[in-house]
Amino acid sequence: MTVNSEMLYTKSHEWIKLMDDTTARVGLTDFAQASLGDLVFVNLPEVGDPVAVEESFADVESVKAVSDVYSPVTGTISAVNEELLDAPEKINAEPYEAWLVEISDITDREDLLTPKEYEELCETEGE
Amino acid sequence: MKLIFERSQEGRGCSILPACDVPEVDCSPEISRKAPLHLPQIAEVDISRHYTELMKQTHGVNDGFYPLGSCTMKYNPKINEEIAALPGFSKIHPLQPSHTAQGCLEVLGLAEKYLCEITGMDHMTFQPAAGAHGEFTGLLLIKAYHKSRGDTARTKIIVPDSAHGTNPASAVMAGFTVVNIPSGEDGCVDLEKLRQAVGEDTAGLMLTNPNTVGIFDKNILEITKTVHDAGGLNYYDGANLNAVMGVVRPGDMGFDVVHLNLHKTFSTPHGGGPGSGPVGCKELLSAFLPSGHVSCEEDGTYGFDAPSPRSIGSVKNFYGNFLVVVKALTYILTLGREGIKEAAQNAVLNANYLMARLSDLYDMPYAGPCMHEFVMSLEPLKKEKGVTAMDIAKALLDHGIHPPTMYFPLIVHEALMAEPTETESIDTLDGAAQTFREIYQQALDNPQSLHDAPVSTPVRRLDEVGAARNPKPTYSF
Repeated sequence: MTVNSEMLYTKSHEWIKLMDDTTARVGLTDFAQASLGDLVFVNLPEVGDPVAVEESFADVESVKAVSDVYSPVTGTISAVNEELLDAPEKINAEPYEAWLVEISDITDREDLLTPKEYEELCETEGE
Repeated sequence: MKLIFERSQEGRGCSILPACDVPEVDCSPEISRKAPLHLPQIAEVDISRHYTELMKQTHGVNDGFYPLGSCTMKYNPKINEEIAALPGFSKIHPLQPSHTAQGCLEVLGLAEKYLCEITGMDHMTFQPAAGAHGEFTGLLLIKAYHKSRGDTARTKIIVPDSAHGTNPASAVMAGFTVVNIPSGEDGCVDLEKLRQAVGEDTAGLMLTNPNTVGIFDKNILEITKTVHDAGGLNYYDGANLNAVMGVVRPGDMGFDVVHLNLHKTFSTPHGGGPGSGPVGCKELLSAFLPSGHVSCEEDGTYGFDAPSPRSIGSVKNFYGNFLVVVKALTYILTLGREGIKEAAQNAVLNANYLMARLSDLYDMPYAGPCMHEFVMSLEPLKKEKGVTAMDIAKALLDHGIHPPTMYFPLIVHEALMAEPTETESIDTLDGAAQTFREIYQQALDNPQSLHDAPVSTPVRRLDEVGAARNPKPTYSF
């Protein structure tokens, strides 16, 4: 289980990488993909869709379950990683490369966890 | 084995279809086929062998223990089939005049009466074809109710995280937004979270009680009152009714609308045949029910209510899967008032017995007593030996037992959810417990042997990921 030191995290196991002050990329953490198992389907929003803090903006499906993906920020979808639609396994293979969406015009964000805090969270949940 | 199309040989055939006994009609050319339908050409004996071979490769309640949690795979009594096969039920037409089908209408009338008594509801529709269809129908009733009062701001349905996966899906299909609330430590609804979630935008709450971890929510009256006080309605998912039928009624718990799975609780075949998901409701929702509701005159004559102008319309053609209702009514009449209650009590007893026989080995995240099902977690065994819930499930196949429900509910990691049902004897339960224990020991001694399971089934471990990522839903020939 790895935690990328260049990113911030949510309690619901999304990572967020700030590109500049009002733009960020969001994806699923290594812990999330390992818990979900092999992903077989990804449902992504469309460019222009509004997203809000702690609201679901996408869902991912593994052979075990379908899970919502929650937004750590309020803003507007400015790009989606369409590559994942045909190759959801990229999330399993390289969770920190396989971003789901890019969100711009960020006006609000939840209290995010530092890599160290997130690592501790995973250790607690993994017990 | 071969597909039936691969058994086909040019020129072969059989005459199992009856001769056409109505005048033949020519369809207009634009809707007619240009080429004959590509059907297998096969002799009757080979058809028979084909389906017998298929049958031998499956596992059903007639083959062995089938503790598939929340699916209530109880035995289907043969008398149900016998009654449903009576020509008065099986050889009728949905459009024939009602005075020629009084017995059939009586079945629907009686089934409604008894199922309303069991659920504490006032009216019922038999149109929905299965559970999720019932959920969708029930939610449309809730939607129509709020709309009829001009209360258009109620757009949200609250669903606890221990709900059946179909609940949020049905709510979205019915045009609602889902608000998910977490369960408390005890697996029940977190009352504080519920109070925070309700408001003027609450259309209703969907709840399964007992819930998917097999616990009867002790705060049920407080839960339904909280939703009612906020102006919402309460929806009861009847998937787990087998634990409480004849003992406690959803209507008395504060629910306004409920769906039943006749193919679970009322012993009609589950899987491989039509289901039935009737929806019952309290008086306040009855004007919105689908049309085709059976009425009974004072002289005992059955007919149909005039369509309500406020009805949500039809959700299926005619009266739903009628013969399934015949089987369910047969079951109710066979058991009677005492028998229905006894079935629920024995279902709970059997689940607790099996749980007690396994709880020293298998981790039970929610301490008993349970209701009709219980959840085990294979998380400790996965950590210690790398053996997962999937491995245990596959190993059970080698012992002639259908695995419990896997990886559900989602709030329990590496979950196996077992529901023995009331029809299993103590010998079957002891045998199953012994098998579960042996497999556990095998996991400690030789984990690899479980990764390799199953070894005795017609096919070994299937590539579920490959099938889901690259599905091939069509066959070309």
